[in-house]
Amino acid sequence: MGRTLNAEVGKLKPGDRVTVKFEDRPGHLRTPWYIRGKTGWIERVHGEFLNPESLAYGRDGLPKKTLYLVAFNQSDIWGRTSNADKLLVDIYEHWLDPASN
Amino acid sequence: MARGHHDVGGLPGAGPIDQTEHQLSDWEILADAVNQALGAKGIKRTDEMRRAREEMDSAAYRDMTYYERWIASIEAILIEKNILTKEEIDRKLREFDAKWGEP
Repeated sequence: MGRTLNAEVGKLKPGDRVTVKFEDRPGHLRTPWYIRGKTGWIERVHGEFLNPESLAYGRDGLPKKTLYLVAFNQSDIWGRTSNADKLLVDIYEHWLDPASN
Repeated sequence: MARGHHDVGGLPGAGPIDQTEHQLSDWEILADAVNQALGAKGIKRTDEMRRAREEMDSAAYRDMTYYERWIASIEAILIEKNILTKEEIDRKLREFDAKWGEP
């Protein structure tokens, strides 16, 4: 549904460091609270999808948004330096800014 | 800043997730069937159902089980889209209650 089988979409590419916007606005927000404001990197470009934040209100979901698999160090999220695991989250492009560092 | 009642990832004190399988009740299977039928007919989308759950009263949301949240979301979306009215749903509930409810 709404899938474009073309990874050559979007402004970001694998390896780019990104910071999730810390937004809090009314509406259906598709980015969980705990990851807002955190910095990670693009792991993979999933493709373009209808925007669920628009579909949630019965609208058409256009324009489509690029969805990325974004990786984070667990220690950057929870502040626990002992855990070397990564956390992977699907995040739409309009929630991401290039990381400043 | 307000965090939605559905957005609980990473909150401390929640405890481990109960991952044991359990038998579904008949009404839960029906709730799933109605949900799928409404989706197949193009009447609602999963994103709308999620939004309906997010807009519920927070205390009611916390008190409901998983499928209770589903049917409450279905009811809200059907009323929002003028497919059923609250009065029609409540009238049908009273009919069912009279027919099959506890005496």
